[in-house]
Amino acid sequence: MGRVTNVVVAGLGGQGAIKASDILADAACRAGFDVKKAEIHGMSQRGGSVTSDVRFGDEVLSPMVPRGEADFAVVLEATQVEVVRPVLRQGGLCFGPDFLDEKALPNRKSLNVALLGALSHHLDIPEPCWLEAVKAALPERLHELNEKAFAAGREAAARQGR
Amino acid sequence: MERKLLSGDEAVALAALDAGVALGTGYPGTPSTEILETLAELGGRAQWAPNEKVALEVGIGAAFAGARVLVTMKHVGVNVAADPLFTAAYTGVSGALVLVSADDPGMASSQNEQDNRRYSVAAGVPMLEPSDSQEAYDFLLAAMSLSERHKMPVMLRMTTRVCHSKTLVERRGGFPAARAPSFERDIAGRVMVPGYARPAHKKLRARLDEIQKENEKSPLNLWKKGDPRLGIITHGITWEHVQEAAPGASAFRIGTVYPLPLEQLRAFARSVERCLVIEEGDPFFVEQLRSAGIAVEGKPEMYRFGELNVERVRRIVAGDVSPEPPPLKATPPRLCDACPYHPVYGTLARLDCIVAGDIGCYTLGVMEPYRAMDSCVAMGASMGVGLGLRHVLPEQQARRVVSIIGDSTFVHSGINGLVEMVYNPPATGHVVIVLDNGTTAMTGQQEHPGTGRTIEHDATNKFSIEGFARASGVKHVDTVDPVADPGGFERLLKERLAGNDISMIVARRACILAAADIRKWDKQNAEKAEAGGCGGAC
Ligand SMILES: Cc1ncc(C[n+]2csc(CCOP(=O)(O)OP(=O)(O)O)c2C)c(N)n1
Repeated sequence: MGRVTNVVVAGLGGQGAIKASDILADAACRAGFDVKKAEIHGMSQRGGSVTSDVRFGDEVLSPMVPRGEADFAVVLEATQVEVVRPVLRQGGLCFGPDFLDEKALPNRKSLNVALLGALSHHLDIPEPCWLEAVKAALPERLHELNEKAFAAGREAAARQGR
Repeated sequence: MERKLLSGDEAVALAALDAGVALGTGYPGTPSTEILETLAELGGRAQWAPNEKVALEVGIGAAFAGARVLVTMKHVGVNVAADPLFTAAYTGVSGALVLVSADDPGMASSQNEQDNRRYSVAAGVPMLEPSDSQEAYDFLLAAMSLSERHKMPVMLRMTTRVCHSKTLVERRGGFPAARAPSFERDIAGRVMVPGYARPAHKKLRARLDEIQKENEKSPLNLWKKGDPRLGIITHGITWEHVQEAAPGASAFRIGTVYPLPLEQLRAFARSVERCLVIEEGDPFFVEQLRSAGIAVEGKPEMYRFGELNVERVRRIVAGDVSPEPPPLKATPPRLCDACPYHPVYGTLARLDCIVAGDIGCYTLGVMEPYRAMDSCVAMGASMGVGLGLRHVLPEQQARRVVSIIGDSTFVHSGINGLVEMVYNPPATGHVVIVLDNGTTAMTGQQEHPGTGRTIEHDATNKFSIEGFARASGVKHVDTVDPVADPGGFERLLKERLAGNDISMIVARRACILAAADIRKWDKQNAEKAEAGGCGGAC
């Protein structure tokens, strides 16, 4: 089995965690990787916590990221950052809501896509695949705003070198 | 062909479409709900039934007529549908009938974690179980063809992780076209009076023997040759965990859960030094294999509970029974801030009611600050449980008992309890509160008979909850908007609790998450009706 990249996306219901993991999985798929994505939905809409696992590489087996093996965590809710921490491997990176200055965002709702932008700086997925995935996941009226959010996240990560 | 990232549920829906299914029916329930929703979106014919028993019966009828049919439900739904299921195994079908049972090990969204593999043996219904979305697609086609060839219902068992995980799926072509439905009389085959049922049972066992032989050669089972020192027998999503946790081991992945390919499994067990069964849930395979005289090692009892994953499979292989690290701390769900149920639960808490509860979003009334629910057992159970409490409690306590039930749940199986209330009224009477938020909110806002809209949100005949209660003989039937008039609701409830009559209060106010959509659909349907000039339901 070749190397598999493991990402965990977390937040509270309604914050767009699942949407973000859908976009990530689709982008990886467009880049030609084998992809699996797992999450528990159900009562999540009622404000409960949501985590979604995305794994991609040459061949992915289990769809769930084993604890301590996530390369990246994308966390949309400040209170969830410490909760999610145990999923990360040593040296794994966490992008929390404070990664970006709120003023850099077109609006608060686009935090999920902005953090994907930051994540994208570290992943071997070409930018066009990301943008196509963002567009495919959202209605047209939100395209421009989310492309901006994505770019803001990507630039912030490039600036910080992480 | 193009590969698409699909959930197991979406893959099943796509396969049903490609298999030429004439009808998909079922009742919502996580994690099965998206199957019929997707089938409808893809342009297939799908519909929600009031409950799982009715869904399966509609499916049986269509399959008697020669159609290919898909019926979907969550694991506990099969309990509701079990009565027709066990006898449909005797009658068999003329077309094809596949029943999807979506199990929920770990109870992400369920009241128990029953293992429905046991139903296959109990009912004598062949069962297949896929491990990912591609297999969900392929196994649905295989199940249809198995059902059609052997003229009997077939179950496809899935679990939450297979239903909801997304993996790549390639569509296949070339499934043979379905026959056009047409009635052929078969009285001895379908009328299960004892004289016909006795030979039918024998026929069922003969069919199962045939399928057992087929399953010995079935490509749905996978034998992976590896290190002969360790052999793992597994199934479903666990197969994926096993490949990751023990990549070098020999493995046998069971796809045909019932009847089992016992000779293959015997040979596999013989080919390895240590033969370990790693299965999620009950020790179902372990029991079957041991009773066939195949010596296998099972998992320690602590792994019966909850889902398996890569870490747990590693521990099972290592024989590690030390305490596991606690799960990540989850934030529990709660009623939405603007949920119309708040004033109702406020009243129930203030009046210190004894609340026979039920299943839906409204079960969250059990949480702080209300703690206003005293039981939740099964869908519809609030009715009977409330009546039972009333029958035997001392009068002062009996007077505090109410049954509380959602609109979808009332139509699902509260109706039977209402009939019981009319027939055997407690001495102090009884009060039923129906929380009608105009949708099946819990499972993601599905329509039901009481909304008057179909799965595609088109207008259809509307079942009237109040009308039904009045016609049944319930003495007082009132409707209140608990948000517009919370005081009125509380006064009314007090008055009803003080009397000795049987009564129903319908607390009607749309779900805050669904309200905008409901308005949109009603407007669209009204416009359509005007344009068509025929009331929409013609
Ligand atoms: C036999 C069975 N079928 C399906 C389910 C899944 N399920 C749980 S609650 C529910 C319906 C909830 O709808 P409703 O009664 O309208 O209450 P709401 O969630 O809208 O408050 C369903 C379908 C179940 N638990 N048991």
